[in-house]
Amino acid sequence: MNAITITELHKYYATLHVLRGLNLSVTQGECVILLGANGCGKSTLMRCLNGLAPHDQGSIHILGEPLTRLSPAKLRRLRQKIGVVFQQFNLVQNVSVFQNVLYGALGQQRLGLLTSLSCFASNELRERAMAALERVGLAHKAQADCRALSGGQQQRVAIARTLMQDAEIIIADEPVASLDPKAGREIMDLLLDVVTERGMTVLCTLHQLELAQQYGDRIVGMKAGRIVLDVPRQQVAMDDMQHLYQGETRVDQPPLSTTPRLTPATH
Amino acid sequence: MSTNHPLETALPPRFRRPSLFTCAIVLVFLALFIQGAMATNVTLERLLRGIVNLGHFLGRAFPPDLSNLDVLAWSMFETLNIAIVGVTIGIILSLPFALLAARNTAPTPWVRTITRFIVSTMRTIPDLIWALIFVVAVGLGPMAGVLAIIMDTIGFAARFFSERIEEVHPGPSEALSATGAGKLSVIGGAILPETLASMTATSLYSVEKALRSAVTLGLVGAGGIGVELAAAMRLFNFDRALTIILLILVVVIGFEQLSSQIRKRVI
Ligand SMILES: Nc1ncnc2c1ncn2[C@@H]1O[C@H](COP(=O)(O)OP(=O)(O)O)[C@@H](O)[C@H]1O
Ligand SMILES: [Mg+2]
Repeated sequence: MNAITITELHKYYATLHVLRGLNLSVTQGECVILLGANGCGKSTLMRCLNGLAPHDQGSIHILGEPLTRLSPAKLRRLRQKIGVVFQQFNLVQNVSVFQNVLYGALGQQRLGLLTSLSCFASNELRERAMAALERVGLAHKAQADCRALSGGQQQRVAIARTLMQDAEIIIADEPVASLDPKAGREIMDLLLDVVTERGMTVLCTLHQLELAQQYGDRIVGMKAGRIVLDVPRQQVAMDDMQHLYQGETRVDQPPLSTTPRLTPATH
Repeated sequence: MSTNHPLETALPPRFRRPSLFTCAIVLVFLALFIQGAMATNVTLERLLRGIVNLGHFLGRAFPPDLSNLDVLAWSMFETLNIAIVGVTIGIILSLPFALLAARNTAPTPWVRTITRFIVSTMRTIPDLIWALIFVVAVGLGPMAGVLAIIMDTIGFAARFFSERIEEVHPGPSEALSATGAGKLSVIGGAILPETLASMTATSLYSVEKALRSAVTLGLVGAGGIGVELAAAMRLFNFDRALTIILLILVVVIGFEQLSSQIRKRVI
């Protein structure tokens, strides 16, 4: 079964045509790297995949289930199966690291927040949260304040949160874009290790060529709201990837404009 | 860089001519002020007479009448009770009002509009008028004062809470939604913790505000020390009135000190 199937997907923000007829399928257990210049619509696609942003045309199937016209309860159940890792980590401030990890279980708990708060959570849940923190190597920071953590550590906590969620699919939107190269590599290594351990499916966006060449099974390239490249990582040609950063890459550029040639990001 | 060579672009003027609108506003305001000053009979002669009268008042107020201090202490205590009970209930009720009035937490736009209307009505009607209304409704005494403070607190705190809620960073809420959490869990898990510090500061300020209004509410019969003050003034017991005023001063200043100490700890 396919983990993700996208057919003829269109998405508009007001008059801005962001996603322009995407087709993509990801089989279960596959790790797909989505590559593209800034502003080509990667984040929008990611947000459509779990219904955070509704799409306008076409269809999305997650684990065989269509995403359109789901009741709120069904949408929530589908979201539980998709763990999301954000560029900005999106941890909740003013609560502990441990509590942030526990939040991963919010969707599974029938009483939601009540049984996910550290003070009321079951022992089993608390132990799972600690195990997730241990897996990302931050057990010693369980009681720390999120603000006291470095960017790399915050992203580890966010990964622990998705582990807590027991997701089958992980969507990572530029998980390392706000990190320095070393921390970024560590996060990518960790992410790919945990997904292999658990046999999860991954769709991870990146905008750095160098990283994309080193991770994942398959590289999908996006340019101005369309998929223009889809090859196994071992066979990808450097020229094709560089082509993603040249010419009209953004969806908000007026068509046929003479924009300066963009060089691929090299940070 | 030197500016010895002549500039190609003219410098911006030092002053700009005020717009017609500004001139009109200033003129209308001036006219209102002059008319008002004449209508209210502000004359030097009356001012001087006022100072003489104040002298008489002070002459008869000294020394302050320190008899029956226990009675005053009890009414001061009643004032504190009115303030604390009213502000506590008011702040607890402010939270649901604020959640219904904030754009990002309101269930539907019309609920938001109605709630905002109710809150702004509560704020627009001054506390003394609320007290008058409740004296009619529930009779003379502290209960009218408590109800008036509740209204006043909601009008003030619910507005600040909802503004704070609208400013909250959307990322953490999105992250919790993405785990499949319901709306209430997202509010309790992400929005409230992120806004807690600023809400605590607002609440403390509300307590100070409530104490000051609780003092004056007695003037219209809504219980507390104000009742004593009104009686003393009406019976020309100025020495007793002075004692009451000093007592109020001590309690209010003491309370503000305490509150600012707490605020320093919290933020
Ligand atoms: N919520 C939104 N409302 C309006 N426009 C948006 C919104 N989110 C993204 N966009 C626009 O959509 C385009 C694609 O953005 P995005 O998907 O974030 O690209 P990427 O992640 O590839 O950099 C951009 O032009 C951006 O301005
Ligand atoms: Mg993006």
